[in-house]
Amino acid sequence: MTEILERRAAITGLGQSEVGRRLGRDPLDLTLDACLAAIEDAGLGREDVDGLATYPGAMPMPRGFSGAGIPEVQDALRLELRWYTGGIELPGQLGAVIDACLAVAAGLANHVLCFRSVWEASAQGGGGRGPAGGREGRLPRADGFMEWTLPFRAYSPANWVALYAQRHFHEYGTTREQLAQIALTARRNAAGNPKAVYRQPLSLDDYLAAPLISTPLCLYDCDVPVDGATALVVSRRELARDGPHPVVGVQAVGSAIRGRPSWDQWDDLTTMALRDAAAMLWERSDARPGDVDVAELYDGFSFLALAWLEALGFCGRGEGGGFVEGGARIAREGELPLNTQGGQLSGGRLHGFGFLHEACLQLRGDGGARQVPGSPRLAVAAAGGGPLAGCLLLERA
Amino acid sequence: MAPSPLRILPRIHPGNAHFWQGGAAGELRFLRCAACRTWLHPPAPRCPQCLGRELAPEAVSGRGRVVSFTINHKAWVPGEDQPYAIVLVELAEQPGLRLMSNLVGCPPEAARIGLEVRVRFEDCGEAFVPLFEPVDDP
Ligand SMILES: [Zn+2]
Repeated sequence: MTEILERRAAITGLGQSEVGRRLGRDPLDLTLDACLAAIEDAGLGREDVDGLATYPGAMPMPRGFSGAGIPEVQDALRLELRWYTGGIELPGQLGAVIDACLAVAAGLANHVLCFRSVWEASAQGGGGRGPAGGREGRLPRADGFMEWTLPFRAYSPANWVALYAQRHFHEYGTTREQLAQIALTARRNAAGNPKAVYRQPLSLDDYLAAPLISTPLCLYDCDVPVDGATALVVSRRELARDGPHPVVGVQAVGSAIRGRPSWDQWDDLTTMALRDAAAMLWERSDARPGDVDVAELYDGFSFLALAWLEALGFCGRGEGGGFVEGGARIAREGELPLNTQGGQLSGGRLHGFGFLHEACLQLRGDGGARQVPGSPRLAVAAAGGGPLAGCLLLERA
Repeated sequence: MAPSPLRILPRIHPGNAHFWQGGAAGELRFLRCAACRTWLHPPAPRCPQCLGRELAPEAVSGRGRVVSFTINHKAWVPGEDQPYAIVLVELAEQPGLRLMSNLVGCPPEAARIGLEVRVRFEDCGEAFVPLFEPVDDP
């Protein structure tokens, strides 16, 4: 077998800004908080950072979706770069980190600072999340992918994910009570995360009584927009030994998409691109799903975490509902602790990078009140839904 | 069908006019490959099966079945009525020939996977939006 090149990469630094609803802060400033914290955490100085990677890069619209692009951060920190990348056409949000792993493996850089920042809570004000197309003034004309959604009043990813969830319910008998466990587990875990947005207890009755958004999804199946930034330093593995923390090595990545890159044209309406990314991950590792000690799986909508659980082989296809039923198996003390920081459902929508940050924190044993017992050695971090999907298998060396 | 004032319309161009304006003639049209007879959606410059370039719009029967649905309850746009049913419809002509749409002509609660539907068009002037109704009245 050819060398699994991403194993030449390690995650050596973790940083996160304050996280909250409508912080009202300059998004670049928030981004720099996270970046500087990650650099310091890695035991490095600004002069050591020679790579920069982000998702999705600077984007004026939709407002709040991107807090900073590559040039702003480079200039603000006066970084001298050998390699950089920022873009949205990637295997999910973590595609930027996968790129960074390959850049250090190829010798293009030694230490790549990776960041993702959002200010969606401030951008959306008190009005909640708007439609995906934007609606100021006269009605816009739908274009691109939106041509096939907006004319049918399918404005939100909540609608698009709901179509998959409904099909899963239909084919496999999955229930709202089962799906609820993703949200309830996240809420319990959020209690151990001081930065989490929603920390008050949530019961199954609360969940079932919540307003429906787009059946079968209710309010608590949808994540919460926040302001906040997450950053990580990806280093060449041989340089990681000199850092102040236990080495978190990258064991394998998954970036595949074999089906049509679309929400509505995907072949199997109970899976998404995460099916292919997850399969690729295991093709690149001798480890098996049963070896994983902690799973940090994207829950922009609860159903996405359920779909990732199945795709990654933690249970059989269609068995996700039964796997999470009752919640014991995915609890912090369970056989597969899930979304230990509260996910995006209760922690806040840090958009993918929060899961990778948390996986590394857990492997280092730095989870504090939410640390999973038993010194976890192997973790999966995964992000994306619909045609977006990317994942990493991480190990404590 | 009378247009709903809030429906967002597509930007019409030569590549998609057959789809969005076929309803003026009561037809739901997709591109079809002259060589291998594959139906395409969304429109593309070449057939994804045989890479043939000879593609022309052709009407389908307008019959299909619901392969998934969701009943939207949230007001994403002020002034819109709730709830309403969003459906994924697979056309009878070809496995996987599928589009998103709305279920009309019945209460949203009538939506179910497997429901047999047929197209009807909402005349929005520059576009005729293909919507679907149950074949048998509920
Ligand atoms: Zn052909």
